[in-house]
Amino acid sequence: MISGMAWVFGDHISSDAIIPARYLHQRDPHSWSKVVLGDLRPEFAGQVGFGDFIVAGRNFGCGSSREQAPLAIKNAGVGAVIAHSFSRMFYRNAFNMGLLVFTCPEAAARVHDGDRLRLDPYSGLIEDVEQDTSFQAKPVDPFLTDLVSQGGLIKKVRKQITGR
Amino acid sequence: MNQPQTMSQKILASRAGLPYVEPGAIVEAELDMVLANDVSTPMAIRGFKEIGGERVFDPSRVVLVADHFTPNKDVGSALITKEMNEFASSNHLEHRFQGGRSGISHVLLAERGLILPGELAVGADSRMVTHGAMGAFATGVGASDLAAALVTGRGWFQVPSTTKVELGGEMGPWIGGMDIALALLRLLGPEGAHYQSLEFSGPLVPRLSMDARLTISNLMVESGAKAALFPVDQVTTDYLKDKAKRSWASVAPDPEAVYSKTVKLDVTGLEPQAARPHRPHDVAPARRAGYEPVDQVFIGSCAAARLEDLRVAAKILSGRQVHPRVRLMVIPPTPRIMLQAVREGLVETFLAAGGIMGPPSCGPCAGAQLGVLAAGEVAVATANRNYRGRMGHPSSRIYLAGPAVAAASAILGRVADPAEVLS
Repeated sequence: MISGMAWVFGDHISSDAIIPARYLHQRDPHSWSKVVLGDLRPEFAGQVGFGDFIVAGRNFGCGSSREQAPLAIKNAGVGAVIAHSFSRMFYRNAFNMGLLVFTCPEAAARVHDGDRLRLDPYSGLIEDVEQDTSFQAKPVDPFLTDLVSQGGLIKKVRKQITGR
Repeated sequence: MNQPQTMSQKILASRAGLPYVEPGAIVEAELDMVLANDVSTPMAIRGFKEIGGERVFDPSRVVLVADHFTPNKDVGSALITKEMNEFASSNHLEHRFQGGRSGISHVLLAERGLILPGELAVGADSRMVTHGAMGAFATGVGASDLAAALVTGRGWFQVPSTTKVELGGEMGPWIGGMDIALALLRLLGPEGAHYQSLEFSGPLVPRLSMDARLTISNLMVESGAKAALFPVDQVTTDYLKDKAKRSWASVAPDPEAVYSKTVKLDVTGLEPQAARPHRPHDVAPARRAGYEPVDQVFIGSCAAARLEDLRVAAKILSGRQVHPRVRLMVIPPTPRIMLQAVREGLVETFLAAGGIMGPPSCGPCAGAQLGVLAAGEVAVATANRNYRGRMGHPSSRIYLAGPAVAAASAILGRVADPAEVLS
């Protein structure tokens, strides 16, 4: 069970908004989590708590294929991203990186900024403590569940190649 | 008998070693080409080492291109290029592009014939869809995918359903690939091709040059497309004649193939288009797109700055002057295009008009270097993204347009239709 506070964002939050290209030449992967989503909410990176949720609208992560976007979110301590829908590459990268993402239009429409949420990552059931209600996220393909349970793509392929 | 399939299904099926693949299924498939650039390579090399990789799967099927930060803009980017060079050397890669041989990967790979019809290619860059122009299934992935692909030569794919895009009508004056692409984005919206593969057809297609096709495929990722394939025809064959690095086999959709939907665009009467800030889909005719003063015009990027585009821009700028307030950046996307632009006198035209020439690279498109925008500044760019903050300060504003509109806007200092300059 993951629990934390909801940080609500709008539709079409692009990878440029998550982590602008002007930071991409910095080679320390942890530097990105300090500026993540800063153009939209400068206070986010400093105040987000471990296990907090990003709750967003349509097409979250649209734009470039940069894996720095889900990585910056994961390294900032975000427990999961819940959105109405995700861009293809953000969705793909998130599973490859081991960041949990859930598609749930109901939660995206109804969760308020600051609501305390509890999420069961196995069932995809999202509980909104403030509103005393719950939402069911869309099921995830078993291939992807397996990918996350193996720790992401790098660890999965390592196991295939080296046997450990 | 096999079930009918689209081009996209056929390519994925053939590389997965299956007779048929169903949309929605996840398959693992062999890759024909893998691209890494200077944004994705450092993370990919880290992943490569973490996996325990020693050599890339095939040194002839990996391309390394330094394009976003080239020429090295600071110590951080210099270190990235150095690391890329060391990786290319130790793996004996046949195709590496840096320094004076570098350019924008998606323009380079096409002009060098490195991705061919019927092939399956991935790159850690969303613009991989560009190579659909060649009739290839090419798609963007992340750095972890790239690391895994470098070691194994394989990748996982969810088979997309296919949207058929029928293009018809007659192109008016100054209409090019970018205008068609923007009109399509307006039609499709930001999610119109979500998780879909687009396949183009219709009577306009045989009349579209390869440069125009590359521009159109390039932009389709803004509607969420996983791939954007043109049919393989005479234009493709002619384009690849002296370029293809390997033999290739044509691929075509089955006549009974199933499409999730059909989208039609008739370009008759289409005026030169522009996308307004801050969405590539907020498209209007350029003459009505916006009346605010423009501070910078950027003719460059992997969208619409190929030779054909530079010729169009030069035709409009020839004998005219860039507006005193405007900075005109012209950045040919590859050294070959730049050399040809020099030979044809295009570079002279740009410089005489008051433009700045930049070295082949992504330039300011992603806001990294060579023409970054200040707070509140307005730009017109022949690029593919105008999200907030893309080319610099978060309060700057970007219009996207083809080379004719960009050149006209540079002269008039506002977003303009080329007819307004030429009348």
